[in-house]
Amino acid sequence: MNEFDVELSPILLLDLSLLTMLLLVAIAMLRSRHLFAVVMLSGIYSLLSAAFFVSLDAVDVAFTEAAVGAGVSTVLMLAGMLLTARREKPFEARRVPIARLAVFATGAALIYATIDMPTFGDPNAPANAHVGQAYVEQTPDDIAVPNIVTAVLASYRGFDTLGEVLVVFTAGLAVILLLGVGSVRGGREVSDAQEDKT
Amino acid sequence: MERLILKVTTKIFFAPIILFALYVQFHGDYGPGGGFQAGVIFAVAFILHAFCFGLEETKKVLPQKALIVAMVIGVLFYAGTGVATMLLGGNFLGYDQIDPESTHHAGQHYGILLVEWGVGVTVASTMLTIFYHFAGREPDIDQEDW
Repeated sequence: MNEFDVELSPILLLDLSLLTMLLLVAIAMLRSRHLFAVVMLSGIYSLLSAAFFVSLDAVDVAFTEAAVGAGVSTVLMLAGMLLTARREKPFEARRVPIARLAVFATGAALIYATIDMPTFGDPNAPANAHVGQAYVEQTPDDIAVPNIVTAVLASYRGFDTLGEVLVVFTAGLAVILLLGVGSVRGGREVSDAQEDKT
Repeated sequence: MERLILKVTTKIFFAPIILFALYVQFHGDYGPGGGFQAGVIFAVAFILHAFCFGLEETKKVLPQKALIVAMVIGVLFYAGTGVATMLLGGNFLGYDQIDPESTHHAGQHYGILLVEWGVGVTVASTMLTIFYHFAGREPDIDQEDW
């Protein structure tokens, strides 16, 4: 089932090096207490995963990851960082055996689960066999749009995408309600200093 | 003038970034991209402007009130496309109803362009709204404070 005797192709080497860098960046993020560095590393993490998605032939996902993950999220995190401290609070590292046990058990279960996963690009994998195959076969007849991802996103699953847009809209609305300064119709602005007095 | 090189570079890049956003927006049928990515790229142009010239200058170009209106218009545009196809006698978001005579699914193309436009407008204005609210709460901080 699992074929581990794959030849060492350049693509495989590229994938391996990207995954190694992802792992290293993740560890660096865990260990750093400087929030600015953590935000920058998370941007690098997104950019690396975008490169990895390109190598998996998922250009649409890679594009989104590069634009949203590496671009706007990093900026928003920086802007959010302005409202808080620059450094994470120092804390006493306590060793809790049950926590370590839980982490290792979950990790082992996840690794065990990957053994049953279909190999990459397997045409018989559930993701490729049923509805995925139907989309690939039907799109030229049903939608006649060259990019199947767009056909699925905007037409076949148009209702889902409406929900996604509403999620984005709601997020913006929540930020306005929580951090907004006054109402749209010209309400009163209240500074934090004033609010503390009352 | 302070930070001259940054300001000139931002001015040079501003228009091409927006042009690229529009390309991604309208080319989603044919290549990677679509409303979500285009909206984010569009917002990034203004965020770059705010970083370089200060938030107050950006708010003169694109005021917060306009962004809230754009957020609502984007969502209503998307949902309105669905309602329009219903009024034309089809299902909700059944784009074939837009041009039922077409032999090459022109209605699908129109429908996808319309809803992607709604997505782009909502995403761009929401990202900028969130950025305005986060960045607008603290006065400019010192270079050493980072």
